[in-house]
Amino acid sequence: MTPFAELTVSRHNPLVDPTLHIWGWQIAVYLFLGGLVAGLMIIAGVRLIAIRPKQREALVCCTIGSIAGLAFLSLGMFALFLDLAHKFHVWRLYTTFQITSPMSWGSWILLLVYPALAANALAHLPEAIPALARRFPVTVVWSDFILAREWLVVAIGIANMFVGIALGIYTGILLSTFGARPLWNSAILGPLFLLSGLSTAAATLHGILLLTTPDEERPAFADFLLSSLARLVEAHPLDTKVGPVLAGADSSFLTIEAALLGLFVIGQTTSTAVHQQAASLLLGGPYTAVFWVFVIGMGIVLPLILQTLELGKRIRHTLAPAVLVVLGGLALRFVLVYACQQSHWLEALNH
Amino acid sequence: MSRFAMVIDTRRCVGCQDCVVACKTENGVTEGYSRDWIAEETHGAFPTVRLEIRSERCNQCDNPPCVGCCPTGASHIHERGGVILVDHDKCIGCKACLAACPYNARFIHPDGYADKCTFCIHRVEKGLDPACVSVCPTHCMHFGDLDDLESEVSRLLNSRPYHALIPEAGTKPCIFYLT
Repeated sequence: MTPFAELTVSRHNPLVDPTLHIWGWQIAVYLFLGGLVAGLMIIAGVRLIAIRPKQREALVCCTIGSIAGLAFLSLGMFALFLDLAHKFHVWRLYTTFQITSPMSWGSWILLLVYPALAANALAHLPEAIPALARRFPVTVVWSDFILAREWLVVAIGIANMFVGIALGIYTGILLSTFGARPLWNSAILGPLFLLSGLSTAAATLHGILLLTTPDEERPAFADFLLSSLARLVEAHPLDTKVGPVLAGADSSFLTIEAALLGLFVIGQTTSTAVHQQAASLLLGGPYTAVFWVFVIGMGIVLPLILQTLELGKRIRHTLAPAVLVVLGGLALRFVLVYACQQSHWLEALNH
Repeated sequence: MSRFAMVIDTRRCVGCQDCVVACKTENGVTEGYSRDWIAEETHGAFPTVRLEIRSERCNQCDNPPCVGCCPTGASHIHERGGVILVDHDKCIGCKACLAACPYNARFIHPDGYADKCTFCIHRVEKGLDPACVSVCPTHCMHFGDLDDLESEVSRLLNSRPYHALIPEAGTKPCIFYLT
């Protein structure tokens, strides 16, 4: 006969009982935006080093992507601030460095992100956004200062890549170190969130590139969106080959992300009873539909199919895959933040 | 050195919640929150049923994940007896320690900081037992120094079978339940 165990607890602490629900949309959004910024930094760093004059995609990646990264990071940190219960003590994060705390590492890494992104944005700002440079002539001085020193350009690019990788992995490690929550307790989460960040960043840059395409070459799907943004870069010639390059990169990131998700599920289902029970939240539990439909189906498989067809010139090049990838990345964070809090150790069956 | 621990005799505990009330009174725990609680665990099916009643709280672990994950050092190990405490002024309310605790022993105080059982360290430092131990009507709760081989908790653990909660989580809990 199957042993029967039942546990009744008289505790009713808010946010803890009946199941842990300490973190909500703020943390999911913060982790998503952190990953997105990490991806933007890595791509911006690579493009800064490999940039060629008058290459519009590189300008978008380096300058517009970095400026967007600064905005996204600020939004993410604001979401994190909203989640704090003791908000006015937040400065305490910067009075110490706790080597065993991923959150402490993260808070210091976040401080490095701002100057790295700002430097990357400044390097080609006058070329990418002439209107802004005319309004703030000092940006031209800073840009000239950076571009006149090749070693500085390389250093900024490398700094963006390294800090981006650290930021992307940190968002996963932050969750994976919580051994008390079996579904989070997987080392795969670090690289998974990094790859998800890269794919959403490539999709975001791809979207920006499409939205800023001159009128005669803009896809119909994007016609109604952000024409004002397009004017910022319309003075530059369009390289029509770069959109597919980003789409191809995005497909590669998505493929690796799908493989990592597979490894994550395999790791959970072949581990201990608590991990198997945790995995059941995604494989037959309350988060199964959201995970398979929004994260896997619409966030990875569908955009991969669409981008493959687009790259093969079988269908028209649109914003749809980029939007799906970004929403899929957001759904991944929501599912993992919410589902993992429900995973727990089998206290009642221990003895 | 000392290592404070609690030994609770599950054959004597009747789940009266006196320990819960004593804790709330002693520590001014806000209404609706609990630093300790009663767990009732039933095993088996009729007629071979086994019921265990436990008074539970923070396990004051030897390997506390709540301390390791704290980004500000607010959660720390007290120099006396290895008790895990929270410096309210340093706590930012990030809730990482709540996520890290496999026992769900922590909560966020309405004032915003993480809160939990302190083993009534303010009483212990005066030579008193924690409030929960001192009021137990069945004397099922025992508090003492695990490093002292002559202490009551050491003698009980040497003479009776016992278990700790979720030892496989690797936290090395310091509350033991006699069975």
